[in-house]
Amino acid sequence: MLKGQAFKFGDDVSTDLIVPGRLAHPRSNLPELAKHVLEDADPTFASRVKPGDFIVAGKNFGQGSSREHAPLVIKIAGVSAILARSVARIFFRNAINQGLPVLICDTSRIANGDELTIDLNKGLITDNTNHQELSFNPIPGVMLKILDEGGLIPYIQKHGDLKFDAEAGEKL
Amino acid sequence: MGKTLAEKILSVKSGTDARAGNLVVSQVDLVFLQDTTGPLTVRQFEAAGFQRLANPKKTVLFLDHAAPSPNSELANDHQFLRQFAQKSGAIITEVGDGICHQLVNETLSRPGDVIVGADSHTVTAGGVGAFATGMGSTDIAVAMGLGKTWFRVPETIRVIANGQFSPGVYAKDLVLHLIGKIGAEGASYRALEFGGDTITNMSVAGRLTIANMAIEAGAKVGLFPSDKTTKAFLKSMGREKDYLPLSPDDDATYQETITVDTPHLEPTVSRPHTVDNTALAKELKGTKVQQVFIGTCTNGRIEDLAIAASLLRGRKRHPNTRLIIAPGSREIMLAAMKAGYIQIFLQAGGLVLPPGCGPCLGLHQGALARGEVCLSTANRNFKGRMGNPESFIYLASPATAAGTAIRGEITDPREVI
Repeated sequence: MLKGQAFKFGDDVSTDLIVPGRLAHPRSNLPELAKHVLEDADPTFASRVKPGDFIVAGKNFGQGSSREHAPLVIKIAGVSAILARSVARIFFRNAINQGLPVLICDTSRIANGDELTIDLNKGLITDNTNHQELSFNPIPGVMLKILDEGGLIPYIQKHGDLKFDAEAGEKL
Repeated sequence: MGKTLAEKILSVKSGTDARAGNLVVSQVDLVFLQDTTGPLTVRQFEAAGFQRLANPKKTVLFLDHAAPSPNSELANDHQFLRQFAQKSGAIITEVGDGICHQLVNETLSRPGDVIVGADSHTVTAGGVGAFATGMGSTDIAVAMGLGKTWFRVPETIRVIANGQFSPGVYAKDLVLHLIGKIGAEGASYRALEFGGDTITNMSVAGRLTIANMAIEAGAKVGLFPSDKTTKAFLKSMGREKDYLPLSPDDDATYQETITVDTPHLEPTVSRPHTVDNTALAKELKGTKVQQVFIGTCTNGRIEDLAIAASLLRGRKRHPNTRLIIAPGSREIMLAAMKAGYIQIFLQAGGLVLPPGCGPCLGLHQGALARGEVCLSTANRNFKGRMGNPESFIYLASPATAAGTAIRGEITDPREVI
C-alpha cells in the first residue's frame, strides 16, 4: 500500500522540465541532480516532496528526451508512483525499468495536496481528502513482471535473460 | 494478410509472425549511446552483471552532446566512456566526429535493421528503412548485454504525401505540419509509415529529417520504404552492399491513413513551448529573434547547409540576431568547406561550431538569456530546452532560419529567395 500527498503538474511535462540539459554535468552525481528535480516546472517541489508522495500529472507526462535520469531522480526524491492521464512511451519504460510505478487514470479528479492511498494489487486509488475512489488502467503484463522484480536490472540479475512468453504478449 | 513495414521488420528479427499488438523479443542489429545518457547506461550494464557485449562491433559510443566537454564533470564522463570502449571492444567516436544520428546513417544503418539507441532521436534511421527507436539507459544496457530487446509490435498510421513542394517549402515544413495536425501524442506508441509520390521523390536527407521528428508526435518509429533513392544514398556513403529493398504489403492493415497535400504546404513554424503548437511563418511576421541556430540531427546535413547558404550568400545577418551554425558531422563540415558554405556563413556574420549537437539541448555553445527568442532548425522547443526556462524557442526549416537571420524577425523564406 502506497500513501502520500499529491503534487499536481499540468500537461506535456517534458523530461527537459524534469532534468534540464543545462544540468547535464551532475548526471553522474544523482543525489546532487535530484535536488533540482522538476525545478523548472515548480522550483519548490524538491524541497517539499516527502518519501511516499505522488506526482499527479495531465497528459503526455515525460515526453521528449529518453534521459532515464528523469524517472530516476523522481524516485530518488522519494516519489512512490506517478499518476497521469497519459504518459510518453520512452518515459513509461524507463520508469518501470527503475521500479517506479506509473498509473494511468483520470487525474482531473485529484486536487493538489490531496492525501492518497494506492493499492497496486487491487488497482485502486483512494483520495482521502475528497473521499473518492478511482481505478487505474492495468499495467501491461510484461511491465508488471519487470516492476515485480523492482526494475529491469534486478529482473536480469535474477533471470539472466528476457523471459517473456506469448502469454505475456497477449496480456499487452 | 499483409504487413506494414514495422510488422515485416519485426517478423524477421524476432523469428515470429509479428502482428500489431504482439509482444516480441527482437534481435538488435545496432545499439548505441551518447555522452549524456551513456555513463548511466554503462553503470546499468555493469550492475546487471554483464561480463561482455553481445556484439562489440555493433555497439557504438558517441561523444557528441557535450563535444568538446564544457566542464570537468562532462570531461570525466567522456573519460569513463573511453575507458569502457577500451575494455569492452565497443566502437567509440571522438569529439568533433559529429552527431550520433548523422554518423549512424552515414556509416551503419541498414534497411531492415532493428536499431536501438539511448537517445530519443534514434528514430532518424527510419529514413533509410530501419526499425529504429530510442530507449532509456537501462533498456540499452540490456540490449548491449543480450543483443536483443522486447517490443510491443506497434499499430501503424500511414501518412501519404502526394505532389511537389512549392519553392521555399521543405521536408521540415511537412513534418511540422503533420505534428501540428495530429498533436504531440498523435502517434504515441504507434509507428508512422510514410508513402506517396512526395516521399518517392524525396532525398534521403529529407526522409531523415521527417523520421527524426516522428518522436515529436510520440511515435515509436517513423518508417520509410527502402527504394532506389535509398540505394543511391548508401552507394554515396560507400556502402551499397547494405542496400535491401523494402516496402509494405499492399494489403497491410493500418490503424489510420493521413493524407498530406504537399503542393499546398507553406513554410511552417512550431511556437513555444510545444512542437505541435504550429503556425505559418508568414503569420509570425514581426516576431523579433535574437538567435538563429542551424544544425542538429534534424537539419544539420549538407543539403540543409546548402539551402541556408543559398539565402545567406552575399548577405549579412541582422545586427540584433546572432547566427550559429553547427554541421552534423565532420564529413558535412568538410563538404560545406569545399562548397564554400562555411565562408558564406562567416561572411554573413555567422558563427560556425564544431560538428555536434551544439546548443540544441541547452548544455553549452549558445544558451539563451532571459526573455530571448531563438529560431532553431532543431526538433524540440520545450520550455528550458536551450538552457533557460525563461526563453522562447521556435522551430523551422533551414530556409526559414536563414531568412529570419537576415531580417531579424520570423520570416517566410519566400520573401528573401
